[in-house]
Amino acid sequence: MPIEILMPALSPTMEEGNLSKWLKNEGDKVVAGDVIAEIETDKATMEVEAVDEGTLAKIVVPAGTEGVKVNAVIAVLAVEGEDTDKAGEGIGEEPAKAETAAPAPVAAKGEASAPVAAAPKTEVAADPDIPAGTEMVSTTVREALRDAMAEEMRRDGDVFVMGEEVAEYQGAYKITQGLLQEFGPRRVVDTPITEHGFAGVGVGAAMAGLKPIVEFMTFNFAMQAIDQIINSAAKTLYMSGGQMGAPIVFRGPNGAAARVAAQHSQCYAAWYSHIPGLKVVMPYTAADAKGLLKAAIRDPNPVIFLENEILYGQSFDVPKLDDFVLPIGKARIHKQGKDVTIVSFGIGMTYAVKAEAELRGMGIDAEIIDLRTVRPLDLDTIIASVKKTNRLIVVEEGFPQSSVGDHIANQVSQRAFDFLDAPVITIAGKDVPMPYAANLEKLALPNVGEVIEAVKAVTYR
Amino acid sequence: MATAARKAPAKSKSEGKSGLSAPKPAEFTKEEELAAYRHMLLIRRFEEKAGQLYGMGFIGGFCHLYIGQEAVVTGMKMALIDGDQMITAYRDHGHMLAMELSPRGVMAELTGRRGGLSRGKGGSMHMFSKEKHFYGGHGIVGAQVSLGTGLAFANRYRDNNNVSLTYFGDGAANQGQVYESFNMASLWKLPVIYIIENNRYAMGTSVSRSSAETNFSHRGASFKIPGIQVDGMDVRAVKSAGDQATEWCRAGNGPIILEMQTYRYRGHSMSDPAKYRSKEEVQKMRSEHDPIEQVKARLIEKKWATEDELKTIDKEVRDIVADAAEFAQNDAEPDPSELWTDIVL
Repeated sequence: MPIEILMPALSPTMEEGNLSKWLKNEGDKVVAGDVIAEIETDKATMEVEAVDEGTLAKIVVPAGTEGVKVNAVIAVLAVEGEDTDKAGEGIGEEPAKAETAAPAPVAAKGEASAPVAAAPKTEVAADPDIPAGTEMVSTTVREALRDAMAEEMRRDGDVFVMGEEVAEYQGAYKITQGLLQEFGPRRVVDTPITEHGFAGVGVGAAMAGLKPIVEFMTFNFAMQAIDQIINSAAKTLYMSGGQMGAPIVFRGPNGAAARVAAQHSQCYAAWYSHIPGLKVVMPYTAADAKGLLKAAIRDPNPVIFLENEILYGQSFDVPKLDDFVLPIGKARIHKQGKDVTIVSFGIGMTYAVKAEAELRGMGIDAEIIDLRTVRPLDLDTIIASVKKTNRLIVVEEGFPQSSVGDHIANQVSQRAFDFLDAPVITIAGKDVPMPYAANLEKLALPNVGEVIEAVKAVTYR
Repeated sequence: MATAARKAPAKSKSEGKSGLSAPKPAEFTKEEELAAYRHMLLIRRFEEKAGQLYGMGFIGGFCHLYIGQEAVVTGMKMALIDGDQMITAYRDHGHMLAMELSPRGVMAELTGRRGGLSRGKGGSMHMFSKEKHFYGGHGIVGAQVSLGTGLAFANRYRDNNNVSLTYFGDGAANQGQVYESFNMASLWKLPVIYIIENNRYAMGTSVSRSSAETNFSHRGASFKIPGIQVDGMDVRAVKSAGDQATEWCRAGNGPIILEMQTYRYRGHSMSDPAKYRSKEEVQKMRSEHDPIEQVKARLIEKKWATEDELKTIDKEVRDIVADAAEFAQNDAEPDPSELWTDIVL
């Protein structure tokens, strides 16, 4: 039997990739360990090695093909004694054609890499912070973050980025791609694996007046550094009577990615939102990621900037403006509605957006508020919406106890109790460490069904 | 070892593994001796007064006195140029006075008054002055080592020839982030002097009970950071070590460790009865190695000052401290509105 060579998954979140180059031709002999092709993921270009011995009978997916799905047949290997001409016959042709067809619209392509939701069909409300008529460019969250850093580094020589693999490796998640080439090793600084230490070095540099961007490979690792973030960065302005603060951004992916289990899957939104002296930003769209990261870099306070690995590859419209900066602390109404308010932030928005589309089909007109910033919290926007809809659901991926949603529910009950027609429902991750098994992980995270059920409950449907 | 061929300077217990050894104590001029005397005496009298005010209930919380260790900050300050930074942990009043922060401002911070350097919101362990390049005042043991390394990172980034003086104790020397910082400082050749004030006790735990390697000048060996042991009770030895270390850093050689062998006369904090050491041990240090008495004896011996002239200095110092204490006891508490200021800019 000929052996089918499949498109490999090269990262926990990879669902497709580009087949950039074949290093073997049809008819070439291949032994285990030979590099046969190069595959470009959204993070890096990787070599594919043969695991079996034989002759490359047929290349099914030609070099240069984009968007090849994981597990699609990319080539066929004839083992010893097989006829190489016949080995590839009829294999993989249909899928290959499908994959090499015209690229899907960019937004849909972006969404396809997210395990949580298909492309949202919601008509996104205009952001009043973006001038009407501005040209929009489809951009991934990853590119938006990189552009934000590059623009601010061009603008201000005191801004630099440091962290593990940010320079020569081009970023563990490719967020700092190209920055070393443009700004050099003085301003794009690879650190040893030493979170506690380099967080402190960053805060010290900030106290001396520089404006560091400290990248954590994930915020899970920042627990090693949390003393410096809270005791040194967040409190010094107060303890010094206003004399000395730390203009620093701590950024990196936060929360669950895909199948990385308990120690790599925690959301820190509620943790950092507890601390006076910090600002906590958690964007969902690429436009917000860009405008808010630029704001965070300019902000004279320590800012925790929580990204999400699953969102990195998703595309959104980003305004084409020379200097697009959004205000920290201001929520954005993602979609206007009148029947119920759904508040979320970061990746939580993917559940809200998908639920909204289904609710519309059921005749329920939901308003979605994307907090964008978790601290300071834009309660005024939430309360204004609750006064209109009289119902509130909060969606987040973090643990349920002392969650962001709990705090919002408490504040709304104190400030708008008379406007509520139903109890506030908070939807969060389950109260368990994140499991590894695919089915259990799915159960541990919130889901669209829970949002829909909650909306039905508060609208008494 | 290469250093064996060198003649060991009198009174110094030198040498790390870099070939660097403790320099001979500096020969002070009359002016330098008098300045050192005045500065150390100010710290001593200030701390005695702080202890007194604590006993009277004017100072709350934790209060860690620097009495006995005055030569360390005084000698190091004499080696600095404008723009060099200093950062330390919570036994910090001496460092602030050495960096010329106002005695009134420091004392009023200790009493939690609005005229305090942090407007009453920092307290004994948390005071700062950007103007004087004093970066605190930190309550978390060891945290200031990474922060001080960051100050040095900023110096290197700006290529400004300044040096970060990062102080910590023999206790903090066992914290993990100290070694994370050593690694980065050496890797990036940052201009930082790690000054380990070895006063022999981490709170109540003696060095020999807490540290596998009790020669702290060797603590940088794995990171190729040279270190030297210095008689931290002799302000001249500190000054010459400071000169050597600042020169080392300014020449672009990266970090250096100075282990200052010193002693605190008082307990760890005001509430520490210091039962872990004998009265005789303390008395022996006071009578044989006191940093202020050493300078005083030299001034008299060289006839650079008479007893009367020294008494005049004593009186001036006492007046400064009395004024600071008077201010600190009578200044108003912070306005309640201060509760909500300086949280974010």
